[in-house]
Amino acid sequence: MSSASRALYEKVLLDHAKNPRNYGEPEAYDRKIEGYNPLCGDHFVFYLKYDGDTIRRINFTGQGCAISKASASLLTAFLENQPKDKAILVINKFLELLKTSPNSPVNEDEWGKLTAIAGVREFPIRIKCASLAWHSVLNILTGTEKTTTTE
Amino acid sequence: MSLHIKKEVPSLSKDPLQRRRWHLESLARKIGIESIRAQFPILEIIVRGKPLVYLDNAATSQKPKNVIDTIARYYQRENANVHRGIHFLSEKVTEKYEEVRSKVARFLGAKVDCEIVFTRGTTDSINLIAQSYAYPRLKPGDEILITQMEHHSNLIPWQVVSQRTGANLKVVPITDEGMLNLTQIEQVLSERTKIVSVVHVSNVLGTINPISELSKKAHEIGAVIVVDGAQSTPHMPINVQELDCDFFACSGHKMYAPTGIGVLYGKAPLLESMEPYQTGGSMILHVSLEKAEYAHTPQKFEAGTPNIEGVIALGSAVDFLQSIGMHEIYHYESALVQYAYEILSQIPGVHILGPKKPRAGVVSFTMDCAHPHDIGQILDEEGIAIRAGHHCAQPIMERYGISSTARASFAVYNTVDEIDQLAEAIYKVQEIFK
Repeated sequence: MSSASRALYEKVLLDHAKNPRNYGEPEAYDRKIEGYNPLCGDHFVFYLKYDGDTIRRINFTGQGCAISKASASLLTAFLENQPKDKAILVINKFLELLKTSPNSPVNEDEWGKLTAIAGVREFPIRIKCASLAWHSVLNILTGTEKTTTTE
Repeated sequence: MSLHIKKEVPSLSKDPLQRRRWHLESLARKIGIESIRAQFPILEIIVRGKPLVYLDNAATSQKPKNVIDTIARYYQRENANVHRGIHFLSEKVTEKYEEVRSKVARFLGAKVDCEIVFTRGTTDSINLIAQSYAYPRLKPGDEILITQMEHHSNLIPWQVVSQRTGANLKVVPITDEGMLNLTQIEQVLSERTKIVSVVHVSNVLGTINPISELSKKAHEIGAVIVVDGAQSTPHMPINVQELDCDFFACSGHKMYAPTGIGVLYGKAPLLESMEPYQTGGSMILHVSLEKAEYAHTPQKFEAGTPNIEGVIALGSAVDFLQSIGMHEIYHYESALVQYAYEILSQIPGVHILGPKKPRAGVVSFTMDCAHPHDIGQILDEEGIAIRAGHHCAQPIMERYGISSTARASFAVYNTVDEIDQLAEAIYKVQEIFK
């Protein structure tokens, strides 16, 4: 396997894919949204619990490839206790980052563990897997509850 | 962990997999695998630093040199429009175009050339039948019978027809093994059934359906039978008269021809009785501003300038297939698919869909440790092209409670070594995701 693919499936992604954080339907939530890429079969539901204008917690259920699942896990962990407005900003910024060339640098100090997801830029076809959770959560934060797809 | 078949087996002659391997190697020599592979320039390319192992043939096959050359020659020496113009090139190209019709008619075992209509592909062919045959004839309460293993192209056109006509769409379930239960079909068939539309070879399960028997049952109750032959035509001898189907659809690009060209076979009296699918130039006898008198079959169904390049190249693809022989292709590919089935089914945590035998063309599987997309990605890194997804057959995915599968699909140029590489790569997937 090439270094690129190895990097994509590096420890942090595999860890989050195998042991996803915030996985499972919560007892209480304020909003939910479905993320569904029928062609690949990535299919998740995200449950959002607010605390005023702050995201208390996002849980998710469903199945998908390692990239989509790890991305959902990392995102939901990252957004815990974040103000809603900041979350919207960060998600938009990250989705922009995914569109950049694989060679352009990623600020690891800024993105922390999320940096691992940016490895997907090497594989354009997998960006839709990585971004499914992000678009779904962005939609729910901005008030859409329509099923989200990135295909 | 890796395969190391030869090392692990103390007595090679007693190992069924090794025996199968030798059998395959001897079949490959007999069929002339080296000279077949040499006809496909794309097989020489290097993918991600490794020689290409192309196992996505059910999506589209690669093209042999004679097909590629035909297209180049057509544009360099032969290009003109068909069925019009009284000049040399137009006459020549019309002759060639119609020669391919005869060639395809013989290839599929049609009675007469006019039973062959050129379309854009299987999807287009089935839509033609749905719109021109089914739509004007079906009434509320009539029934269309399909199976649970249909590709979306043999499902959605019938959903649309049933919505528009009030006819009911009946779906015959498949067994756990991925086969049809003929008794169950008999129970669903009735005098209300007007159309039976069934896939010949499943693009997910590899199941080969008993078309002749189904035709007999359909005809007994006065229904017509439509066969989706997209996945059978490249892999086995087809004789529409022996199958006794009323319509048969296939795609050029899955049988070594270019994309955008396909075939609809229909029994002549049926085609003659049908209204045109599309209207415009080329499909008329006489036109006034008020009305038009349509041309006869098959021109009636070929409105507008057709895909001439595609038709002529399809002729070359048929030449390629016949230069090897369809029986020989079926024999060799069956052995390939059986070998792939055996070797993959021995890998722990790998689950194969569909029957062991008979099986044609494809081996779809899931793995306990990895999602099909991740499998596809790791295999791609090894230069191995497979498909991952629902393969446009979501009802099958639902049937087995999965969202997608990985699918390796074969063509006459594939080898036993390539299947070994596939198996080795699957072990790599396990190492990464274990």
